[in-house]
Amino acid sequence: MESMSSLSTDMELKTEPFVLNMGPQHPSTHGVFRMRVLLDGEVVVDLEPIFGYLHRGIEKLAETRTYTQVIPLTDRLLYLSSMACNHAYVRSVEKLAGIHVPERGEYIRVIMDELMRISSHLMAVGFFLNDLGCSVYTPLLYMYREREKILDMFEMVCGQRLTYNYMRVGGVSGDVPEEFMPVLKRFVAEMPHFIAEYEQLLAENEILLARTKGVGVLPRELAINASASGPVLRASGVKWDIRKADPYSVYDRFDFEVPIGQVGDNYDRYRVRIMEMHQSLRILEQAMRQFPAGEACAKLPQLLRPAVGEAYGRVETPQGEMGFYVVSDNSIAPYRMHIRPPALLNLTALKDMVVGWKVADVIATFGSIDIAMGEVDR
Amino acid sequence: MSSIAKVLNWGRHYSTWPFGSGLACCAMEMVATASSRFDITRFGMDVFRASPRQADLFIVSGTLTWKMAPAVKMLYDQMAEPKWVIAMGACAISGGTFAHSYSVVPGVNRIIPVDVYVPGCPPRPEALIYGVMMLHKKIDKRKFRQQD
Repeated sequence: MESMSSLSTDMELKTEPFVLNMGPQHPSTHGVFRMRVLLDGEVVVDLEPIFGYLHRGIEKLAETRTYTQVIPLTDRLLYLSSMACNHAYVRSVEKLAGIHVPERGEYIRVIMDELMRISSHLMAVGFFLNDLGCSVYTPLLYMYREREKILDMFEMVCGQRLTYNYMRVGGVSGDVPEEFMPVLKRFVAEMPHFIAEYEQLLAENEILLARTKGVGVLPRELAINASASGPVLRASGVKWDIRKADPYSVYDRFDFEVPIGQVGDNYDRYRVRIMEMHQSLRILEQAMRQFPAGEACAKLPQLLRPAVGEAYGRVETPQGEMGFYVVSDNSIAPYRMHIRPPALLNLTALKDMVVGWKVADVIATFGSIDIAMGEVDR
Repeated sequence: MSSIAKVLNWGRHYSTWPFGSGLACCAMEMVATASSRFDITRFGMDVFRASPRQADLFIVSGTLTWKMAPAVKMLYDQMAEPKWVIAMGACAISGGTFAHSYSVVPGVNRIIPVDVYVPGCPPRPEALIYGVMMLHKKIDKRKFRQQD
């Protein structure tokens, strides 16, 4: 009997761990992200993310520019949600210099932020489904159809499609044109129909459920300890949204809910994004109704010279909490600027989410975090 | 130009397969170019390949850092001849907004030879399509002796 059991253990396949390098060029790494994955067969044992392939030194460059010249740099951080990055930066400078923003400016900012949230979530869901292997591009093409409408609206106000540079310290660079509001009204009226279309295609999809339910779980405690934010944190069941927890701009005047998930798996992260789009539409509706008249930007000197001091301003970007810590030494350029990156911190939890799952699930989980390398490496 | 060259050029003109590699922000506009509104398929160059071995055209879309430069050089070397390069956006052309940064390559032409420069930050999808059409013109002019 004894010899038999020893024989059976000898017969078991001995596997050696195997190191797989993914990136920096890989179709599913959303840019130039690299990870070293330690595999046992097809199962992930360990994962080590390697950053820095898009490190552009934005924090250092900011020290050589005036306060207004830094705004275009912030566009290129989270390039799928540039408006929100602009907002985070100008908010911290306004805090630093004690500048009051006219009401109309604040409402325009909120409208832009929420449009950006819808557009960014569309892309996040589209790329996530792409990473799951939904044919080539098909879901993404559906999402791009609506995104182009939002980009058209951004083009109306600032003339750019991707890097807007629209917000200024004290307001926005220019008031919205006359033809903007009717287009926005039509968009807000149409959009629920399109979201329902995605839902119809995806929500009950057997394959989607099999690939996402229970995969890449980020437990509640771990999400908090990893200081995750945004949809990644909310999918784990934590009701934390800067718009509610620390209301900025005019967000305290709107009635909206913060959707949360139950388990924190890939499916929850996807669901939270879809539900947030509905909430953004609610905010847009209310903002359009309350839209005040007046100036869009405060009158300010061309070169800002804030008093010596420091300030931290944060906003809820589509990816999570983005904050800028700005230190002033009473010159025309920031003495130091530090960025609190939402996607980088969400990404640090990736290892705990994927260990024990297969390689294909690594890609899916990675896609569900929704990152932009510009901001991860800065 | 010999007739053989003409036939070769004609074939290459209509089957320039780009390498679907995105570096930074410009990659989003590259994807937008491939999506339904701008539809690069109309020009016979929609087949974005995930492997450099299968691609003819390298669209360098975004900021190139010194850390990434060896990887881009290797990807270019892995592409089979004949191959072309489009530098898309200000960063790929000259470093653009980040030209003075310590970590950014000031122009991708320091690493690999570039055929067409498409300016913009990022360039509009129409601009990229126009850049590709310029490349087509360049392909049409290749003489037989230059063929590989």
